[in-house]
Amino acid sequence: MTAETEREPPRQAIIEFKSVGYRLPNGQTILRDLTFTVGRGETLALLGRSGAGKTTALKMINRMLDPSEGNVLVEGKATVSWNAIALRRHIGYVIQDVGLFPHFTIEQNISLVPRLERWPAERTRARVKELLDLVDLDIDKFAKRYPHQLSGGQRQRVGMARALAADPPILLMDEPFGALDPLTRGELQKEFQELQRRLGKTVVMVTHDVGESLLLATHIALLEDGKLTGIYSPPEFLTAKEPMAAAYVANFRMYEDAERANEHR
Amino acid sequence: MNTVNFFVRHQNEILQATLQHIWLVGIAMLLAVAVGVPLGIIVTRHPWLSKPILGGANIAETIPSLALFGFLLPVPWMGERADRLVIVALTLYALLPIIRNTSTGIESIDAAVRQAALGMGMTQNQILWQVELRLAVPTILAGVRVATVLTIGIATIAAAVGAGGLGEFIFRGLAMVNNQLILAGAIPAAALALLADSILGLLEWRLRPARQ
Repeated sequence: MTAETEREPPRQAIIEFKSVGYRLPNGQTILRDLTFTVGRGETLALLGRSGAGKTTALKMINRMLDPSEGNVLVEGKATVSWNAIALRRHIGYVIQDVGLFPHFTIEQNISLVPRLERWPAERTRARVKELLDLVDLDIDKFAKRYPHQLSGGQRQRVGMARALAADPPILLMDEPFGALDPLTRGELQKEFQELQRRLGKTVVMVTHDVGESLLLATHIALLEDGKLTGIYSPPEFLTAKEPMAAAYVANFRMYEDAERANEHR
Repeated sequence: MNTVNFFVRHQNEILQATLQHIWLVGIAMLLAVAVGVPLGIIVTRHPWLSKPILGGANIAETIPSLALFGFLLPVPWMGERADRLVIVALTLYALLPIIRNTSTGIESIDAAVRQAALGMGMTQNQILWQVELRLAVPTILAGVRVATVLTIGIATIAAAVGAGGLGEFIFRGLAMVNNQLILAGAIPAAALALLADSILGLLEWRLRPARQ
């Protein structure tokens, strides 16, 4: 499937935010009037500064938080009318600190959701093998290991495999590569891009990395102080006039300029 | 040599008293775990209850044991039988370390692990049994270990209210100024404490989750 055919109409909204607001119990407003949709197979990057409300918005999709105003719809149904447990098992979740269970082996970590869903043991085992292949980890070497015996990059791969275990149509990622060193991050970003080409999941990812957004996302939603500043395709984002977007792009270009300056040295 | 002879001659009585001692402490510890672990879990779920629960257990801990036995004596159901009274008192002493370690064990779990468990769609019960308690077991056992050693010592005072146990020898020995009698109570009590400490320590080590 090429990018062109994916973009073609009828765009089927799988996640919809309708005038969503979120306030803390103490009255502080975190998000206001957030409206956007994510189509099937798209990758939306939520980009913004720390504290802009990106993670809060993400957590509303799998009902870790409920909106104070408006509605979040997943597959046409408001999250508040979903059973929270069923919704979460329907959505893969990857976080920066991975959160692997230290007392479970890699195999047990990956098979968590299938086991919760009471898959037959044979099917679960086959799925674990498939997933470890998918994230490029050798099953004989890793299945019986514990998380503390793995490197950060390997742990994040396991976190990704665990999120994909029950083949959820939606994947939420909260700064999935943020805690990795630049080289490992680059490797994983590239592999994720490849993975996404094969699996075609609907992905929402929180990031403050413009490069990551441009590389992985089909759409970039810019958040500032709990408000949506705009949604752009990567080419649109690079030429956007909106000050915040332009600032991000300028910051990103800084590295290219540095590269060029060094070529002429 | 005299002491060894004394032990051999009175081995049956000593054994009897040791078994009685184990019985008092054993029942009290079972009760304390049955009450303390759930209370420890409640503290993690409702932080506002932490002050009254831990405070209460703390106060129980500070009452001198002899005085506590005295306080409980007029309570109807408990005053009837000395061993009931002693078991209740020992349970109260054992509660604090067990409650505190249960809540500490659960609260010290990496926040990312709990976030992931929730995000994967585990129910609160599944998180409690498969993640939180499993990861907190070594800490809880450490609390049980402290509580057990503590109650084995305190249980010697049970003889003062007629509940028997190894304290019998100690009190009799004190009254008769007979060191052999005192040792007949003190040595088995110390041995029991050491034994319980190492068995629970071993269990704690065996049940710790894999770690760095």
